[in-house]
Amino acid sequence: MAEPIIRMENIEKHFGKVIALAGVSVDVLPGECHCLLGDNGAGKSTFIKIMSGVYTPTAGEIHFDGAPMNFDDPRDAIDAGIATVHQHLAMIPLMSVSRNFFMGNEPLKRIGPLKFFDHEKANKITMDEMRKMGISLRGPDQAVGTLSGGERQTVAIARAVYLGAKVLILDEPTSALGVRQTANVLATIDKVRKQGIAVVFITHNVRHAMAVGDRFTVLNRGQTFGTARRGEITADELQDMMAGGQELVELEGSLGGTV
Amino acid sequence: MSDASNVTPEVDERIKTRSRFREALIRPELGGIVGTAVVFALFLLFAFDSGMFSSQGVLNWSQVSAQFMIIAVGACLLMIAGEFDLSVGSMIGFAGMIIAIFSVTLGWPVWMSIILTFALCIAIGALNGFIVVRTGLPSFIVTLAFLFILRGFTIYLPQTIERKTIIGGISDAAEGDWLAFLFGGTLFKGLFQWLGDQDIIETFTRGAREGQPVVDGIPMLIVWAIALVIFGHILLTKTKFGNWIFASGGDAEAARNSGVPVNRVKVLMFMFTAFCATVFATCQVMEFGSAGADRGLLKEFEAIIAVVIGGALLTGGYGSVIGAALGALIFGVVQQGLFFAGVESSLFRVFLGVILLAAVILNTYIRRMITGER
Ligand SMILES: Nc1ncnc2c1ncn2[C@@H]1O[C@H](COP(=O)(O)OP(=O)(O)OP(=O)(O)O)[C@@H](O)[C@H]1O
Ligand SMILES: [Mg+2]
Repeated sequence: MAEPIIRMENIEKHFGKVIALAGVSVDVLPGECHCLLGDNGAGKSTFIKIMSGVYTPTAGEIHFDGAPMNFDDPRDAIDAGIATVHQHLAMIPLMSVSRNFFMGNEPLKRIGPLKFFDHEKANKITMDEMRKMGISLRGPDQAVGTLSGGERQTVAIARAVYLGAKVLILDEPTSALGVRQTANVLATIDKVRKQGIAVVFITHNVRHAMAVGDRFTVLNRGQTFGTARRGEITADELQDMMAGGQELVELEGSLGGTV
Repeated sequence: MSDASNVTPEVDERIKTRSRFREALIRPELGGIVGTAVVFALFLLFAFDSGMFSSQGVLNWSQVSAQFMIIAVGACLLMIAGEFDLSVGSMIGFAGMIIAIFSVTLGWPVWMSIILTFALCIAIGALNGFIVVRTGLPSFIVTLAFLFILRGFTIYLPQTIERKTIIGGISDAAEGDWLAFLFGGTLFKGLFQWLGDQDIIETFTRGAREGQPVVDGIPMLIVWAIALVIFGHILLTKTKFGNWIFASGGDAEAARNSGVPVNRVKVLMFMFTAFCATVFATCQVMEFGSAGADRGLLKEFEAIIAVVIGGALLTGGYGSVIGAALGALIFGVVQQGLFFAGVESSLFRVFLGVILLAAVILNTYIRRMITGER
């Protein structure tokens, strides 16, 4: 079996009195799609924010590429090859799509001794990448604020896919997407996984998880129920675990099995 | 027949200009462009004979506008990065006073006094920024504190050292100093003499300077203003750092999560604002030959007004250096133009208020069109 590209061990995160994560261990292999599932407030976003350097863990260890790693800043994680689509997207509405696309990773061109933002290249790549995701923009200088929620999400995903050298983290990337764009995102996950990139995929949709996931980790109130491999678990079992077991069985009954 | 063939291209042309006009419409600096056009049109119409457009008049309002521009560039970039600096005016007074104390009271060479003053003031700018990013306090409050602290020192220092609030004698000290020339000198003297000789610009007709042009060159103040505007514009629109400035002011957290070193950007912009204030102060000290404890009063607001007329968003993330420069130009032309036109000077404030309101309303409208803000 391959070595994990990133291994998180007994990660804890406390926000004052709130214990968001109480010792979660997850590892991600290159070329796999690792799904993180769990109820609202389970701690999924907090967990991946530690992976992407937004938060430093209160306790626990991170190993990246076999070596212990401390991300002090999102920059460190990006430089290590970890790209993230955050639940709240990290997009700036007042700025153009291409400026957002390359925010923090601007392509440069040299003029004499000076380096300038290569707007031409940025615009072209942005348009190309967006077209690949099934969105045709009016123009690369369109402000992100004028895009729909799903279009914004697509820009964020396209950006992360473009930048994600080793690990791609997607926090509920399909929550605002239409059918075609969702299919596109799932296909993209499948494609980058085959290129050997590790994907961490957070979703509330079990069908989406089952469609692309290789392994599944369910979080519940800051703890993990462990990790299951594809084939070891059915969609129904996952669904039950995500909701914390019991209650959903009762709910399901009252809703006539539609959940 | 010939009429018809003449009309067709004219119609085409109009369509083209209109579409180009529409393109120009969706620019952040449109408010500034319209304002500048209106102001110049008004003064050309009503005050053409007032001397405002003689070479001396042009120099006069150019110099005043250049002063505004120098501090507006700093304020503009800082505002786009999401912060304010209310200590600019006090910094101007403080920097001038420090130069005077170093060079006159202590008798140090002027070039050394200027360099040390720049270092000190930029360090204070860095401190401003450092406190803001470390504590997370609004820059409004932090720099307000420095507004008082710096002004206090600017009054206290000369009073205790020299027992007065104005220190003069800098002109003598600066005589022949290479660095002083960079702030108080005049460029293209030969060209202006030639222009005078050719009767293109006015010359003195009597007195000791008979035959010399009334305006003997371009003051370094104006050179600084133009250089800073060009620098600021290129930095903001054409570099990676410019993208970081927009991002830091647009949404600091989103920028940080994307790998933008937001704190570094903000601190650097505070330092740049302090640099601009010190340029202003040094030019002023060299021009007057003295430093006064009340110099620079209210300049921070004038800078912010120029920036806002120029289309920048008060809450950060959006704006234009060219717009801010036009805002400064409007400011200078109106202030001096009303003086030339002999209008009661208190009306300046009325005029300014009207322009500010009109520009901001227009700018808000344009910005909503560009950014889809609701
Ligand atoms: N910055 C913070 N300060 C205090 N508490 C926080 C903070 N961030 C998260 N929490 C708390 O930690 C818990 C886990 O939050 P998290 O955002 O990780 O949940 P999640 O699993 O991503 O949920 P969702 O599915 O709704 O996105 C929640 O109870 C939340 O209130
Ligand atoms: Mg979440």
